[in-house]
Amino acid sequence: MLQPKTIIEQLKKCGITHVVWLPDSESKFMYDALQAETDLGFIPVCREGEAFAVAAGLWMGGKTPVILIQNTGLFESGDVLRATALGLEVPLLMMIGYRGYMEMKAGKQPFDTAAVYTEPILSTWGIPFRHIETDADTPKIAEAFQQAQEISRPVAALICVEYNE
Amino acid sequence: MRRDEVLQTLAKHRTNELVLTTMSVAQEWPAYSQSEFDFNAIGTGMGHLPDMALGLAVACPDRKVLALNGDGSMLMNLGVLVSIANAAPGNLILFVFENEIYEVTGGQPIPGCGRANFAAMAKGAGFTHTFEFAELSAFDKELPNILKLNGPVFVTVQAGPSGKPLSTKAIPVRAAARALRDTLTRARR
Repeated sequence: MLQPKTIIEQLKKCGITHVVWLPDSESKFMYDALQAETDLGFIPVCREGEAFAVAAGLWMGGKTPVILIQNTGLFESGDVLRATALGLEVPLLMMIGYRGYMEMKAGKQPFDTAAVYTEPILSTWGIPFRHIETDADTPKIAEAFQQAQEISRPVAALICVEYNE
Repeated sequence: MRRDEVLQTLAKHRTNELVLTTMSVAQEWPAYSQSEFDFNAIGTGMGHLPDMALGLAVACPDRKVLALNGDGSMLMNLGVLVSIANAAPGNLILFVFENEIYEVTGGQPIPGCGRANFAAMAKGAGFTHTFEFAELSAFDKELPNILKLNGPVFVTVQAGPSGKPLSTKAIPVRAAARALRDTLTRARR
């Protein structure tokens, strides 16, 4: 089980100041909990590529953002990811909803091809990543954040569980 | 209006605002300004200057942020108008330089040239104030008042090319981003 409370605890531990977000199936369970966090700024965007540039601006302004988008949006964001998070060497924690991961892990046909391309694309960009499947994995979020600071590049925490009410 | 005239007018009225530029504007602005509060964003993802400005405006609420975008760049990312209006940073002013062409690729017309209205789009997206300028004298007269407004503010200027060769000098954008972060952090202390 993956609960919003444990994820938010990790974000606070990292000193995150702003969450730049476009909701997806893997992160929607965090919406209410994040909205209730008065210590975190919350910036919704209309398309995932915006998230990288907003985050770069926040970082240049001395803040510590995290972006929260789906793997499909990661694909859409290629050029701005290249040009901002990588190009400007922003130590950015990227939380990426991993659509199709659980089906792929179980050896089933995923809903679509999003899962198939996620890790190869991150590897091609040279972006390290960690899998977050349960509460026990959430310390990896802080590890990913710390690595991003050390290498001055984005690091991804992949949210592998699709939430179903 | 020519772009160089608009930029010189902006430089004349600008005080301590943070100024972000991109594309052909970024190649020309350094001729009129060498401030530590300038960030000439070349190679940082065409279309994404307004989003970067949104992040900076939220991070630095006590400093006005002027984002000088082009019309071709604006068309690449119209959704950000809604994102900005939703976040509603009072210190952000988004300028769009309308030359109606892709200047750096040889002057091809942009889609919607002569039909699309950027100020109407910004107003529809929820910007607090929108302005359109076609005459330099009107821009020069109104700009001081615009700089005092609580935003977000959207301004279009119909400004053709300056008729001068654009600078091809490389901009070390990675170092500039870190320098700006240091400057803004220092200024906040």
